[in-house]
Amino acid sequence: MRAFQKITSRVIPVDRSNVDTDAIIPKQFLKSIKRSGFGPFLFDEWRYLDRGEPDMDCSGRPLNPEFVLNVPCYAGGEILLARENFGCGSSREHAPWAIADYGIRVIIAPSFADIFYNNCFKNGLLPIVLDATIVDRLFAECGPGYALTVDLKEQVIQTRYGESIHFDIDPSRKHRLLNGLDDIALTLQRADEIRAYEARRAQQAPWLFATH
Amino acid sequence: MTGKTLYDKLWEDHLVAQDPDGSALIYIDRQLVHEVTSPQAFEGLRLSGRKPWRTAANLAVADHNIPTKDRDQGIADPISRLQVQTLEDNCKEFGITEFSMSDPRQGIVHVMGPEQGATLPGMTIVCGDSHTSTHGAFGALAFGIGTSEVEHVLATQCLVQRKARNMLIRVDGKVGPGITAKDIVLAIIGKIGTAGGTGYAVEFAGDAIAALSMEGRMTVCNMAIEAGARSGLIAVDETTIDYLRGRPYAPKDELFETAAETWRRLRSDVDAAFDAVITVDAASIRPQVTWGTSPEMVCPVDGKVPDPTQESDPVKRESIQRALSYMGLEPGTPLTAVNVDKVFIGSCTNARIEDLRAAAEVVKGKSVAGSIKLALVVPGSGLVKQQAEEEGLDQVFTEAGFEWRDPGCSMCLAMNADRLEPGERCASTSNRNFEGRQGYGSRTHLVSPAMAAAAAIYGHFVDIRSI
Repeated sequence: MRAFQKITSRVIPVDRSNVDTDAIIPKQFLKSIKRSGFGPFLFDEWRYLDRGEPDMDCSGRPLNPEFVLNVPCYAGGEILLARENFGCGSSREHAPWAIADYGIRVIIAPSFADIFYNNCFKNGLLPIVLDATIVDRLFAECGPGYALTVDLKEQVIQTRYGESIHFDIDPSRKHRLLNGLDDIALTLQRADEIRAYEARRAQQAPWLFATH
Repeated sequence: MTGKTLYDKLWEDHLVAQDPDGSALIYIDRQLVHEVTSPQAFEGLRLSGRKPWRTAANLAVADHNIPTKDRDQGIADPISRLQVQTLEDNCKEFGITEFSMSDPRQGIVHVMGPEQGATLPGMTIVCGDSHTSTHGAFGALAFGIGTSEVEHVLATQCLVQRKARNMLIRVDGKVGPGITAKDIVLAIIGKIGTAGGTGYAVEFAGDAIAALSMEGRMTVCNMAIEAGARSGLIAVDETTIDYLRGRPYAPKDELFETAAETWRRLRSDVDAAFDAVITVDAASIRPQVTWGTSPEMVCPVDGKVPDPTQESDPVKRESIQRALSYMGLEPGTPLTAVNVDKVFIGSCTNARIEDLRAAAEVVKGKSVAGSIKLALVVPGSGLVKQQAEEEGLDQVFTEAGFEWRDPGCSMCLAMNADRLEPGERCASTSNRNFEGRQGYGSRTHLVSPAMAAAAAIYGHFVDIRSI
């Protein structure tokens, strides 16, 4: 997994609550058996005026000029500023894949849906939960040229006005993200503990270990 | 000492290791696999040279991309075909049991699992699908995961998780005539909102929940995720045990009775402490219809489309305005005056035998309104389809003008050919009314099977209690 340490980037404000994963990456793109190439279809139905299909060349598609990713001063930002319950709906990891593939590394919101939040960490994406009043203020400050610095090690966001905003993150997730660690390899280091659990459990509930 | 909740018990039974920072290694008893969220997980195994930890813990079926008619001609869309073929190839390569498209056991993963007895009380169950919460109806800890975690479970049979908080939603008393599990869960979502259950494992309890069949309980737990909760739970009782007896993957004979004894203990202690408790009066629940683009945008069928100018919170006001504009609805319109173009009876929420019976009862002897362009019934599995046909339900539907299809996810998310055209309005028994969910520009109203059937007959929403 790609490690995350510290970035300074312009901020893309997506000013809607309950942004669902169907909006982040519509279902037709889920037919892909690959893990990459979703970035051009991020927010497809809001971003383009035509109907998107897998494997389409997006360079000539009509853009919705009102959608924030199409506003030149925001395009290409690596920090997404969002409202509550971001990423609700389906468990599709294609949503964080699309966000990361577009080039975004950080999402700031007052709250995230659980599965989406979890999926972010598997893809080098840092979701940051901040108090709703702080998010309100960031939306108010955010405009052309507005940038933030996000430092995971220090757990701090710095604004252009010199303000430092602390954020919380669970220590094990922080450690994995800072170092880009492979979760599966870490778990397999505990194979003996897993086997011991299985032996114990098979005594209590043998029907769970049927072989068909 | 305070007692334990059902969730506490399930969590402790699956704890492989607890880390000091609060994260834990949890054992997973069953993984259900479908074609959309698994190809990259199998690819990951291959790239790292890993093998499944316990092959028999996995059970696979293709459902999202599957055509619901003319199956003998295969899948027309080459991208869908490749995805379904990839699942087959991966299952063969890694030795995982898969029910193929021609197998009568094929169906929506959350219908198939319980039907086979592959879902058992006391299990941890995961699938790369948010509606895995469905299986919590059996007193199992079941939740949706992303593809990286699908790979993690394949490779290790475990997941790194943090314990959720406990929420109890108690539905007291008895529901009125015509009120179904779908109305109960939509009313709950309307009350607590789409993020109301975020961070919680939600246990549904109370007389109205205990009175539900397993099908009804699955409908309620299925939509726990629409209230933000990754898992919904219902205590085990004789209804659960009776449902499981004789299912192919359930234990047999004496072992079943031994298992049933332990399953009966899968309930919250009377003195268990919950972090949040919500109560709902069953008798107050009316038939529900969503009017917006989030499942929390719901109101009783005898209500009206809301007026955004009455909303004081500016973020909420704007989301109501955007939803009404997308849905093509005017504030103050009675829901019974809203005409629909298409009707969809199906999905992992409402495609089980009881759902089809409830819809057929409304349809029997009547005809689909002339204004309806398409009315679809998509059974949840091949076995549900067979049973419905044995009961003559297919005849009831087709004589009324419905199309009777083969099982799959179908128009719930329109990954196959079943979809709405831009601007079309659908009475749907599925679980999500998001923008574009049932097709580009689609407009979805979530309802119960009986309410969807009635909308097909009348061409608009009607109060099921009045017919």
